[in-house]
Amino acid sequence: MTSSGAGQDVFRGRPVRGRGRAFGVLGAIAVGGGLGSVARFLVTSAVPVGASGFPWGTLVINLSGSFALGALMVFILQVWPPSRYVRPFLGVGFLGGYTTFSTVAVEITRLAAPTAAVYAAVSLVAGLAAVWCGMTLARLTARVPVRRGPRKETR
Amino acid sequence: MTLLLVFLGGAVGAPTRYLMDRLVQRWHDTVFPWGTFTVNISGSFVLGLLTGLQPGPFVATLVGSGFCGALTTFSTFGFETMRLIEEGAYAEAALNAVGSLLLGVLAAAAGYGLAVHVL
Repeated sequence: MTSSGAGQDVFRGRPVRGRGRAFGVLGAIAVGGGLGSVARFLVTSAVPVGASGFPWGTLVINLSGSFALGALMVFILQVWPPSRYVRPFLGVGFLGGYTTFSTVAVEITRLAAPTAAVYAAVSLVAGLAAVWCGMTLARLTARVPVRRGPRKETR
Repeated sequence: MTLLLVFLGGAVGAPTRYLMDRLVQRWHDTVFPWGTFTVNISGSFVLGLLTGLQPGPFVATLVGSGFCGALTTFSTFGFETMRLIEEGAYAEAALNAVGSLLLGVLAAAAGYGLAVHVL
């Protein structure tokens, strides 16, 4: 089942068998999540809050993390050979722990209405653009063909 | 010391997100990323609650910066939305993008209000 046929759903992880492996995966996620959180904390401390309290730190974190995850997922799913710990450690753990959604939500509630609207829109649009840029750059670098439209069942 | 608290909170938050995601995703057989959606909304509620409770720096760093920060994720939210767009599921993509943000903000406000006015 690890053969990467065209019909296989490459977006779903391979099932993990065995208790030991499951704990190994959880351990990789925990260490990655801890390190990602520390990286987020350091960036937040380093980037000053803008005029009218605009949270530049969180924005920088979420955009850079989204770009990195877009690129990483292309390599994990389509370029690198299957690995048990790369996605849990780097994707689910580090980048999942580095980027944050709850901070964005709380920041929006605390900003003045016009700033909050700009912040929400920029986070969303630029966040999606960052994922796209990461995926596109990775596909160009690794020469992976871009798949568009609904996935075809047979081919 | 602060960095250690952030690390410990994140080391618990990230696996919790993974387990919640798998649990929720098991209940649904759709393309919609219910797992990340659920984690992000509930994490926003908890961080709103925490912000309203105004705990000391120890709890704020451990649970706020560490646990809630790592429990919720923006990168996976963006990637799953992009995946829906690439698969042509535009309605689901728009619903996920706008719905997550809207309900996340509402959940954060609800948590904050609960902490300030009720607790």
